[in-house]
Amino acid sequence: MATKNPIVDPMIDPRTGEYAVIAPGHNFKSVTQKIAGIVLTSNTPLGWFFGLIVGAAVANGVVIGCTWLFLKGVGIWGVTIPGAWGFAIINFVWWIGIGHAGTLISAILLLFKQTWRNSINRFAEAMTIFAVVCAGTFPLIHVGRPWLAYWLFPYPNTMNVWPQFRSPLAWDVFAVSTYATISIVFWYVGMIPDFGTMRDRAVLPAAKFFYGTLSLGWRGSTRHWIRYESASLLLAGLSTPLVLSVHTVISFDFAVASLAGWHTTIFPPYFVAGAIYSGFAMVITLAIPIRKFYHLEDLVTLRHLDNMAKVMLGTGLIVAYGYGMEVFMAYYSASHWEYFMMWNRMFGPMGWGYWILILTNIAIPLTTLWSRKLRVNVTYLFLLSFVINTGMWFERFVIVVTSLYRDYLPSSWGTYRATRWDYMIYIGTMGLFTFLFFLFVRFLPMIPMSEIRMMLPQTKVHKGGADSETVIEETV
Amino acid sequence: MPPREGIYGLIAEFNTPSELVYATEQAREAGYRRMECYTPYPVEEAAEALHFHKTRVPLVCLLGGLMGVTTCFLMETWINVYAYPLNIAGRPLFSWPAFIIPAYEWTILFAGLSTAFGMLALNGLPQLYHPVFNAPNFRNGATTDKFFLCLEASDPKFSLGETRAFLETFPAVSVVEVDH
Repeated sequence: MATKNPIVDPMIDPRTGEYAVIAPGHNFKSVTQKIAGIVLTSNTPLGWFFGLIVGAAVANGVVIGCTWLFLKGVGIWGVTIPGAWGFAIINFVWWIGIGHAGTLISAILLLFKQTWRNSINRFAEAMTIFAVVCAGTFPLIHVGRPWLAYWLFPYPNTMNVWPQFRSPLAWDVFAVSTYATISIVFWYVGMIPDFGTMRDRAVLPAAKFFYGTLSLGWRGSTRHWIRYESASLLLAGLSTPLVLSVHTVISFDFAVASLAGWHTTIFPPYFVAGAIYSGFAMVITLAIPIRKFYHLEDLVTLRHLDNMAKVMLGTGLIVAYGYGMEVFMAYYSASHWEYFMMWNRMFGPMGWGYWILILTNIAIPLTTLWSRKLRVNVTYLFLLSFVINTGMWFERFVIVVTSLYRDYLPSSWGTYRATRWDYMIYIGTMGLFTFLFFLFVRFLPMIPMSEIRMMLPQTKVHKGGADSETVIEETV
Repeated sequence: MPPREGIYGLIAEFNTPSELVYATEQAREAGYRRMECYTPYPVEEAAEALHFHKTRVPLVCLLGGLMGVTTCFLMETWINVYAYPLNIAGRPLFSWPAFIIPAYEWTILFAGLSTAFGMLALNGLPQLYHPVFNAPNFRNGATTDKFFLCLEASDPKFSLGETRAFLETFPAVSVVEVDH
């Protein structure tokens, strides 16, 4: 481990004792070559084909599952009365939550001038978009007649029927569609200058045409850059309240209902924190193999992993507070229903779900993430990211299922058991996500080159044009 | 379009941002106005040297946001109060607190789309052809590691010989003519 010899390690800044954000010795050309070279190469690594094929194969789960679903209807799932919400909603919330870290990294950390986020923001944003694609699948297929899903939108129609805007489900349509649109716009705007670089470095005419078209003719004019920077900041400023509102609106789907276990005011903040928690875990799941496979350890450094682990620790503690508060309120409300719901959630027939949740979301991560040694241990962090995302899935499972299956009237109690189609579509979306992500790392610049250039010491402008040569020599 | 007379301008290539900013400041002092810097990442000092401070992108964003919130709120009110009134557990038809949430989302949606498309429109993009791409060295470095200053021929002070001599007083890697 690197921490054993902190003084000798070139990755540690001797002044601060922190890991460097970018390894020393890079210049404008080397970072450009490194990042653009991954895309503009004629020899695609075999591992990439392997990953893509595995992703595509698993994604067939969505295709097959949805085909059968459209033929037979939602009866092939485990949803019944009283458990009318099952895997579809659990997976929807889980995927949307994962997406939130991408926006957090690209928007909130930009506003806070956390420049270390530059290395990871592009693929975190890509992760957001692919996660939203997977998430969006579930409500669409969950409506029963997905070919009529456009009825969710307010559009003039011959039936003279309109949406009902007092319903959180209508709010969801607006929140998630806005989130998807703004995420794609922010992602694309961020890539325009890099497409210019790709266009200028591409050799194949087809690649020149492809990146040239996407770059919209970007030429790096200073006036363009100033407007571009202004637009980036504004988009970040808009995405920040957006990301906080999206999971808030999703939590309203539950909180507005008058069901014990759902009807709580703590849901919005605790859903948002949980979303960021699971999203950062997913960024770590993706970043660790990518930096290893493409040798990007210089650009996605241990500092990034350490910082992300700290964010997980922070949001994990908020989530833990949320769980604690739920239990406390069940006791303090003196409501018989709330009390029973919590007892049933912990010790009822599905109590095992609750304890898996506590183990994987609280007990394992929040005790170990305090240690810097473990935070920069790549293997540990990689495994932990899976543990946390398992935990976050169980959180939604516990909220959805254990609140529903034993409600106010014991005569209507039932149980919930997911069918093979539930599992097939859920696992299929993971394949879809992998498939899209593999396409992304092969065809688009996965680290923002222009933003990495801004972090290099050579960017310092000296008055009178002097001394700049020596600066270059020192750092090369 | 008929072929244009003369050249677009003279473009000087620099290795460092400091040299570019210095040359730009000097060019401005010498009386040049129609000029532009091309850099691989935003160099704020270059914008200052060009005296380019204000952008209208924030205004476009604000107008977009206001349009979004108005559109959505009026749409919800019209739909739920007039076009398709539904009695939901006796709640008022004009349930404005509930209407805020979609209106809030559309504020962000319209503001974000206006910002992105407004920025592109103000920049005159997409514009796949531009004369600076004709400079033989431009595409080698302008988006990677080189810094360019282009003094445009439309500037009243521009004269091929004098401007070239002026640009060559700086430690430029090269000074080349840019064709239309």
